[in-house]
Order: sequence, then C-alpha cells, then structure tokens
Amino acid sequence: MFLNNDVTAKTAMLERHIVQPADPEHPTILSTEDLHVYYGKKEAIAEGDLRFASNQITALIGPSGSGKSTFLRSLNRMNDRIATVTGKIMYRGIDINQPDIDVYEMRRRVGMVFQRPNPFAKSIYDNIAFALRLRGVTDKHELDEIVETSLKQAALWNQVKDELNKSALALSGGQAQRLCIARAIAVKPDILLLDEPASALDPVSTSQLEDTLLELKQQYSIIIVTHNMQQAGRISEYTAFFNQGRVLEYDTTSHIFTNPQVQITSDYVSGNFG
Amino acid sequence: MMNPKTQNKVAIGSLYGIAGLVVLILMALLGYILVSGVPQLSWHFLTAPAKAFLEGGGVGVQLYNSFYLLILAMLISFPIALGAAIYLYEYAKDNWVTTTIRTAIEILSSLPSVVVGLFGFLFFVVRLNLGFSILSGAFALTFFNLPLLTRSIEDSLRTIDTTQREGGLALGLSRWETITRVILPAAVPSILTGVILSAGRVFGEAAALIYTAGQSAPALDFTDWNPFNISSPLNPMRPAETLAVHIWKINSEGIMPDAKAISSGSSAVLVLAILLFNFAARYLGKRLYKRLTSA
Ligand SMILES: Nc1ncnc2c1ncn2[C@@H]1O[C@H](COP(=O)(O)OP(=O)(O)OP(=O)(O)O)[C@@H](O)[C@H]1O
Ligand SMILES: [Mg+2]
Repeated sequence: MFLNNDVTAKTAMLERHIVQPADPEHPTILSTEDLHVYYGKKEAIAEGDLRFASNQITALIGPSGSGKSTFLRSLNRMNDRIATVTGKIMYRGIDINQPDIDVYEMRRRVGMVFQRPNPFAKSIYDNIAFALRLRGVTDKHELDEIVETSLKQAALWNQVKDELNKSALALSGGQAQRLCIARAIAVKPDILLLDEPASALDPVSTSQLEDTLLELKQQYSIIIVTHNMQQAGRISEYTAFFNQGRVLEYDTTSHIFTNPQVQITSDYVSGNFG
Repeated sequence: MMNPKTQNKVAIGSLYGIAGLVVLILMALLGYILVSGVPQLSWHFLTAPAKAFLEGGGVGVQLYNSFYLLILAMLISFPIALGAAIYLYEYAKDNWVTTTIRTAIEILSSLPSVVVGLFGFLFFVVRLNLGFSILSGAFALTFFNLPLLTRSIEDSLRTIDTTQREGGLALGLSRWETITRVILPAAVPSILTGVILSAGRVFGEAAALIYTAGQSAPALDFTDWNPFNISSPLNPMRPAETLAVHIWKINSEGIMPDAKAISSGSSAVLVLAILLFNFAARYLGKRLYKRLTSA
C-alpha cells in the first residue's frame, strides 16, 4: 500500500498522509519515491512522496516557500541545472529521474503551464504548431487539425479562430494562458503540470480556466499548484498540503477540507495560518 | 529646506535643462556639418575618384571602400559575436571563466581604437604579411567591433524573459532549439538594432584603419569583378582608404585647392549614412519583428 514499507519509521509518519488512489478506474500514473530537492546545500523538498491518480486533478497547496513549485518543477525535470533532485519519479513504470532518460521526449509526455502566461513572440497558430513541426509534423492539414482541437480543448477556439495569424502577444492574460494550455496539450501529453496558472488572471478568466481544466481531466492527469483554497475545493479530487518542504498531508480534497488530520493543515485551509 | 513638491519641480526642471542642452549641442553639431556639407554634394562628388592636387575630386572610391569594409567586418564579427553572446548568456555558468571572459570583453571594448589600429598594423599588416589591405582593415574593425557587438547581443538576449526559455523547454524542445526557435526570433529586432548601430560606429571609424586598410585609394575599375585583379572593387588585398580616413587625411595633409569643401562634403556623407543606418535599423527591426512573430 505504501511506497516505503521497509522504512518503518517513515511509514509511520507517512501512513496518515499518503493515499493510493483507491479508485481502480484511476490508477497511479506518476509517483515520487524518497524525493529530495536541494538548491545548493539547502534542502527545499525533504519529504515529498506522493502518488498521482490518472485523469484526476490533484491540487498542491501550502504556504509560500513551502516547496510546491520546487516539487512540481522536479516532476518534469525543469529543475535540471537549477537544483539537485534525488529519489525516484516513477512514470508508467519508468524512473524519469534517471540521467539517461530522454528529457525532451519525457517533457512532451509531462507538459507544464506556468504562473505567468508566456506565449511566444509568434502567431497564435505558430505558438502551437512550431513545436510539432520541429518533431516532424509537416502536413498542413494535420497541423491545422491539431491547432484547432487544442484550441477547442483550451476553450479558446471561438475567440481566435479568425485571427490565427495574429501575434499571440496581443492576447489578453486569460487568453494567453489558455493558449499556453493549448500549446502544452498540442504535443499530446499524459500529464499536465500547472503552477498557479490562474494567479495572474481576473475572476472571470479564472473561472473559465477552471471549467477548462475540469474538461481536460477526461484526457489528462492534472497536477495543479494553487494558493486559492476555493479553487482547490472546486476542481480537485486530491489535495496535498505542503509545509516547509514536506508533504504534511495528502488525501481526497473533501477530507483535507473537512477533516484535516494535522492542525497546521486545518489552520491553513481555514485561513487561520500564521 | 525645500518641500518635496518644490524639490521635485527643481529636479525635473534641471533634468529638462540638461536634456535640452544635450539636444541643442547635438543639433548644432549636426546642423553645422549638414549646412556646410550638403551644398557640396552632387552625383559627381559621390561617384568620382579623388584627386590629389587638383580641384573637383570626389569620394566615390572612398565611399565604396567604406561599405565594402563595413560588410566584410560585419560578416566576420557578427557570427563570432552571436556565438559568443549565446554561449555567455545561454550556456555558460557563472564562474571564474565567464567572469574572465566578460572582463576581457569589457577591457577590449574600452580600448582606444588607435591602439586597435596599431595592433592591427603590427599583427595583420606586418606579422601576417597582409599589407595595407581591406582584409587587414576588416580584421582590425572586427577587433574593434567584437566586444561591443557581443555585449549588445547579450543584452538583447537578456531582454527576453526566462519564462520564454522555460516555455520552450517545457514543450520538449532542447536548449538549442529553444534558443534558435524561440529566443533568437524574439530578440531579432533588438539584435538588429544593435548590429546596425555598431555598423554606424564601424562606418565612421578612422583610427583603427589608418595603419591597416591604409591611406590610399587606388582607382577602381567597376566593370572588373574578379577579386584577384588589383583594380577590382572586390579585391580584398588592395589598400583602401575609407571615407572617415579620407576626412582625417584631407584635414591633416590635403593639398588640393578645394580640400575644405571636400572635407565638409565627406563629413556630410558620413553623417547622412550613419543617420540612414539608424533609421534603417528601426524600420527593419519593426518589419522583421512583425514577420517573425506573425506568419
Ligand atoms: N532557484 C532557486 N534557488 C534557490 N532557492 C530556491 C529557488 N527556487 C526556490 N527556492 C527556495 O526553495 C524554497 C521553496 O520554494 P518554492 O518556490 O518551491 O515555494 P512555493 O511553495 O512554490 O512558494 P510560492 O507559493 O510562493 O510560489 C523556498 O525557500 C525558496 O526560497
Ligand atoms: Mg511557487
């Protein structure tokens, strides 16, 4: 049931926090084992063993500086060259934290959307198409089709379908963020990692983005960092609570919110933190 | 004691004053050069070869030499500067090696151009036996240009947000693909501006060329494009006085009766060419940016 049965002391601690997705319809797609992340000598993730269910949304919450971004960025090796990441990151039975993994191929399976929308200085169409072209998709019809479906999935198609050749830099913040989602799913990942994707958006765009994510989980497994408790409550099935580089609690979102096992979690989700 | 409001007003007032003074000086300088030089300009002046003793010489050969040297110098220095800037900004870690390289670039960029010229003379002209030639001049100009161009390209790369790089990597692009497909296209307008501005500097440079490209401008046969012929405009081994060197030379030892007029005219041509570079930089930068960002 647990990842480190052999380490009894640890198991005792983790017992409370780690859940295996119980639902057989949503088997584990990604898990971390004995993950540690260091920035130089400083340990930013000291304990972060989690299993993520496929086709579900998992929220990572916790106070600022608790290591949520660090953890998330380790999952698709975006911390290469920035931090030292030890331990295993198992994706479909493969440890993707091995040095000999093809990181570029892996990142196409584990896509990422960032806090600040970062559309490229290209047309809307090319923002999505150019990475595909680099991977040898040159057929115009095929590209058109992928661009269209990705934009539709990201709920942006209707707004931009007549101006695909316009610069993506002219999009509003919310639209730009959707474009970034479309761009990420165009390469057909399994998993989408999102780091506070709505923090730069207004409430309307945020709620649209949440609807989009709920749609997307039919096809993708989603892990999202958020500071917004309501957001975690609205969209996620599972929630992990980070504090000072450790996962203090990991459970179904309803459990975390209604029946937290740790006092700090309870304080945090009820807004009494600090 | 002044209150903050008055303080602010005084500060703004003096800043406006200083800025105005700078603009005034520049305008006066520019105006003087143009007013005294433009009347000398004619098709004949721009195309005819210079005359050493008689009136009525032009600057055709010098003008051509300036452009030819500029293009050669840019062809050599741009790829090197681009590579160096990409290496320094995108790949190199911050350690003593890069610090040393950066310091070296800093020092090189503040080297007086006459020193670059003397180095070019001793090394390219004498040691490598290239003689007073376009090639020696182009190498000297490369040395003169490289540090600033490298820095300007590095600055252009710096203006592109790190989130762009992360965006590329997160799509499974390699770092090289991210740089060439995402970062460079986005940086092109600013790189281009840097290149053209440095072209202006190179175009107007005299001191680095006096002892490298030489002070004589043999007549050119503009129908002969075989680079191995001595009178061919393309021949890189011929001595080639440029416009800037010409101005310097006329003013120090010109003996033609209309030396003053030729000097004024040449200065005007130089200034106009550099102005042209600057406007071209803006226009091209914008056009290119549009083409690269939406197509
Ligand atoms: N590039 C870095 N170099 C060094 N230390 C870093 C770096 N990035 C993060 N840290 C440190 O690691 C710890 C965790 O940071 P992280 O950004 O993962 O927190 P977070 O939970 O995402 O916070 P926030 O909610 O503010 O985004 C912090 O103490 C932070 O200062
Ligand atoms: Mg963060």
